[in-house]
Amino acid sequence: MNAVQSGLVVQALLALAAVATGLLLPIAWRSRVTGALCALLGVAGIVTGAAALGGTTGALTIPLALPIDPLVLSPDRLGGLFMIVVSAVGALVSLFGIGSARGAEASRTSWAAMAVFLCGMQLVPAATDVVSFLLLWEIMTLGSTVLLLADHATRSTVFSAAIWYSAMSQLSFFFVLAGFGVLVAATGGTGFQTLATVPADSLPANLAFVLLLLGFGGKAELVPLHVWVPRVLPEAPSHVAAAMSGAMVKIGVYGALLVCVRLLPSGPPWWGVLILVLGGVSAVYGILQASVASDLKVLLAYSTTENMGLVFLGLGASVLLRSYHATAAADAALVAALLLMVSHAAFKTTLFLGAGAVHHATGELNLDRLGGLGKRMPWTAGTFGLASLGAASLPITSGFVAEWMLLQSLIHGARLDGEVVSVAASIAMPLAVAVLALTAGLALLTFVKAYGIAFLARPRSRKASIAREVPWVMRVPLVLGALAVVGLGLVPGPLAAGIAAVVGPGIVPDVHTVGLAGVSFAGIDAVLDPSTLVILAGLVLVPILVIVALGARRHPTRVDPLPWAGGGSRLRPRMQYTATSYAEPLVRVFDDVLRPSRDVEVTHVGESRYLVEKVHVEQTVSDVIETRLYRPVLNAAQRFGLVARRAQDGSIHRYLGYSFAALLIVLIAVSL
Amino acid sequence: MRVGTAVELTWAGIGAPILMAVLQLALFVFLAPLLIGVIRQVRARLEGRAGAGIWQPWRDVRKLLAKEPVHAADSSWMLTVGPIVLLVSSLLLCVLLPLVGTLALPLIPSDLFVIVSVMLIGVVALALVGLDGGTAFGGMGSSRHMTVAALVEPTLLLSIYALSIPAGSSTLSLIVQTRLQTPAVIISPVSLLAMVALAIAIMAETSRLPIDNPSTHLELTMLHEAMVLESSGRDLAWLELGSWLKLAALLGLLGNLIVPWGVLTDFTVPGLLLGAVAVAAKVLALGTALSVGEVFLAKARLFSVPELLAGSFALALLAVTASYLVA
Repeated sequence: MNAVQSGLVVQALLALAAVATGLLLPIAWRSRVTGALCALLGVAGIVTGAAALGGTTGALTIPLALPIDPLVLSPDRLGGLFMIVVSAVGALVSLFGIGSARGAEASRTSWAAMAVFLCGMQLVPAATDVVSFLLLWEIMTLGSTVLLLADHATRSTVFSAAIWYSAMSQLSFFFVLAGFGVLVAATGGTGFQTLATVPADSLPANLAFVLLLLGFGGKAELVPLHVWVPRVLPEAPSHVAAAMSGAMVKIGVYGALLVCVRLLPSGPPWWGVLILVLGGVSAVYGILQASVASDLKVLLAYSTTENMGLVFLGLGASVLLRSYHATAAADAALVAALLLMVSHAAFKTTLFLGAGAVHHATGELNLDRLGGLGKRMPWTAGTFGLASLGAASLPITSGFVAEWMLLQSLIHGARLDGEVVSVAASIAMPLAVAVLALTAGLALLTFVKAYGIAFLARPRSRKASIAREVPWVMRVPLVLGALAVVGLGLVPGPLAAGIAAVVGPGIVPDVHTVGLAGVSFAGIDAVLDPSTLVILAGLVLVPILVIVALGARRHPTRVDPLPWAGGGSRLRPRMQYTATSYAEPLVRVFDDVLRPSRDVEVTHVGESRYLVEKVHVEQTVSDVIETRLYRPVLNAAQRFGLVARRAQDGSIHRYLGYSFAALLIVLIAVSL
Repeated sequence: MRVGTAVELTWAGIGAPILMAVLQLALFVFLAPLLIGVIRQVRARLEGRAGAGIWQPWRDVRKLLAKEPVHAADSSWMLTVGPIVLLVSSLLLCVLLPLVGTLALPLIPSDLFVIVSVMLIGVVALALVGLDGGTAFGGMGSSRHMTVAALVEPTLLLSIYALSIPAGSSTLSLIVQTRLQTPAVIISPVSLLAMVALAIAIMAETSRLPIDNPSTHLELTMLHEAMVLESSGRDLAWLELGSWLKLAALLGLLGNLIVPWGVLTDFTVPGLLLGAVAVAAKVLALGTALSVGEVFLAKARLFSVPELLAGSFALALLAVTASYLVA
C-alpha cells in the first residue's frame, strides 16, 4: 500500500474510531477525545491529499455484490487539492468544537454525526466513479443534517431549517443524479474516465452539463438554489456552520470543476455564459443581502453565496475564453477561481469560528446588540479582523491575490494578439469586471460593518459588556485560520504554481514565482509580489513611527471619559450607529432589489404634533427570491395537498373504488 | 514581455526607480498641504474673502503634531492605528503611481488594481476610525463613506479597464507611456469617456463636491468630516495629511493621463527635475480648476449621489465596450 491508499484507509478507520468514542464515552471525555480524533481525521486527510497532490496515485477498490463496477477511490491532483482544503477546515473546526460544543451540541449523536460528516466530505474528492461519488455525497449530506438538528429541542426554528436543508440538498442530489444518469446512459459506464468520452456537442453532454451545474451550484449556494443558506447556517452549531460554509460548499465547486475540467472540458461558449451569469447574479445578490444583514451568521452565510458566485464567475470566464481559444486568459481565470476557493476556505472558516466565539462569549449574534468586543476579546477580534480583510479582498491577504488575478484574466480575456476574440466576450468581460467591482465594494462595506460594529466602540448590551475571551482550545483554530489567510496571501507564487499543476499541465509553464514568492503570469503579462509591497509599506512606516514615538513622549495620549461633550453628559451607547443604521443608505439605494418592509410608528406627547414621545421603527429585509420564487410553489403544493386530502376520507368503499379504477387503467394501458 | 519578471540588479533596474520614488514621495508630502492651501485660497478669493494664505494647511499640521490626542474612554487602538494606516496607504500611492516619471520599481509595477486596493485600505481605516469613536456622527459618516466607496468601485475599475485597452496592460506607467508615444489616444472618444468617468470617481473617492462638501461642519451633510470629528492631535494630523496626499496623488495621476508631457521616461537628472516641476504644475493647475469648479457647484443630496455614480458607470462601460466593438 502506498501513501494514498493507506491514507484513505486511515481516514476511514479514524472516522470509525471517532464514531465509536462519540457514542460510547461519557460526556466528560466525549468532546475531548472525539474532537481530537476528528482533528486527526482532518490531519490524515491533509496528508493523503498532499500525497495525491504530489502525484502519487493509489486506488482503493471496494467490490460490490451488485452487478455494477466496483467502487474505486483514487484521488487525482485536483481531488488531492480539495481533500487538503476540506480536511484542513475539518481539523480546525473539530478543535474548535472541543471548546464550543455544549449541551445538545456535544451529544452522542452530534459527535458521531460530526465524524461521519467530515469523513464523507473528505472522501468525495477521492471518488472516481459515479456510484461512490453519490454514496459519499449522501453520507456527507446526512451527517450534516443530523448535526444541524442538534438544538431542535430548544429552538423551534431549527426544525424548519432542517426541512429546508433536506429538501434543497435532495433537490441538488436529484439534479446531480439525473446529470450523471444521462452521461452513464450515453457512455455505458460509471467510471469518470468512461463518462469523459461523451462528445461535447452531443445532446446528452449539453443536458448533463445543465443538470450537473444546477446540482453542484445548489451545493455551492448559488442563487436561486441558495435559500437554505440563510436559514440553516445560523441555526447550526458554530463549528458545524464553519464546516458547512468553509468546506462543504467546496464540494459543490469540486463537482463543477469535475464537470468543466475533467468530464466535459471543451464546451460551447454558451456553457461559459451560463456559468458566468449564474456566478455573477449570485455574487451581487449574495453580497447585497450580506451587506444589509444584522445577524452575524446570516451575514457570513450570504457572503459565502457571494464568494462562491465569484468562484463560478472565474470558472465561467475560463470556459467561455477557452471556447474562443484565448488560452492564457482562460488558464489565469481558472487558477484565480481555485485561489478564491482556497482563500475562501481560510477566511470563511475563521470568520464563522470567530462568530462562534462571539456567540460563546455573549450568547448573542445580532450585531445591533454587540459592540466593544475588541477590548474584551482581543484574540477573537484580531483573528476576525484579519479574516475580514481577506473577505474584503484587501492586501495582503489571499483574497486580494485571488481577486487581482481574476481581474487580470478578465481584462486580458476579450483580446487575443490585438484582435477581439468575439462580441460575446467583449460584452461579457466588462460586465464581469463591473460585477466583480461592485461585489468587492459592497464586501468592503459589509466587513467594515461586521468588524466595526461588533468589535469597536462601546457595547450596545449588557451581555456584550461582560464578555470574556474564549478558552485556548478555541483560540488556536482561530489563530491558525488567520495565519492561513495572511500566509497564503504572502506566497501567491508557489500557491499559484501548485494550483496550476492541479488543473492542467498546459498552464504550468505560464506561472512563475518572482521576487519573494510573488506570482507572475507570463501569458497575460501580470506580476504581483505582496511581500515587496509589505516591505515598501514598512519602509514608509518608519519615519511616521519615529514622529509618533517622539510626539508620544512629549504629549502622551489622554483618555477622557467625557471628550468633546461640551460640558454635557457622555452620549449613551444606544446613540451609536448600529448595523441596521449602518446599512440604511444601501437599503435605500437598492430599494428595488431588496424590497424591505418598513414600519414606522410615532407616538406623540399628548395632543402635540411636534413633540414626540417615542418612535418605533421596524425593518425586515426578506429574501426576495424565496418570497417570489419558492413561496408560490410551496403555496401551490399546500393547496394541492388540501385538495388531495378530500380524496382520503377513510371510507373503505372509496379506497376499493380507487383500487378498481387503478387496475382498470393499468389493464387499458397494457392492452394498448 | 514588458513587465520584468527577474530583478535586474543594475542602476537602471533598481537605483533610478528608487531615487525617483523617493523624490516623488518627498515632493508630494511637501506638495499635498500646499495644494489644499491653494484650493482654499482660490476659493476664498473667488468668494470675496481674504483667505488664510496657501501655507495654512502646513501650519495646521505642525500645530496638530505638537498636541496631545484625546481618546474617548471606550475607544480602542483603532483611533491611533487607523490614521497611521490611512497615511501609509496614501504614501504608498505616492510611491507607486507614475507621477514624476514612469520608471517602475522592480516586482511592484504600478498596477492599477493593486493601487486601488492600497487606496481602499486607507478608506477602510478611515471608516473604522469613524466607528470607533462611539458616537452617532462617526457612524453616520462611516456608513455614508463606505456606501459611496462601494458604489464608486465599479466606475473606478471599469474606467481603468478602458484606459488599459490601448496599452494592453493595467500597469499605469505603461498606460502613461502609450499616451505619450501616441497622443491621438488621449483625444479618442473612448479615452475621453473613460477620463470623465475616472474624474467623477476620483472626486467621490477624495470627498470633493458634489459628493461631499470638504468645508462643511453641518451635521447632516458631513461625510469625511463626520468621521474625523472624534480625532485630535497627532491622529487628526495623520488623517488630514493622509487625505490630502490621496487627493494630490490622484490629481497628479489625472494630470499625467490628460497631459502626459514632461513625465520622466529615461533616467536623467535634468529630466527628473523637469518631471518634478511638471507634475507639481499639473497638480496645482488641476487643484485651481477644481477649486474654481467647486465655487459654482452645490453638494448633491446624498441619495442623488448614486444617480451621478450610475451615470459615470454608464460612461465607463460605454468606453470599454466601444473600444472593443468600434475600434
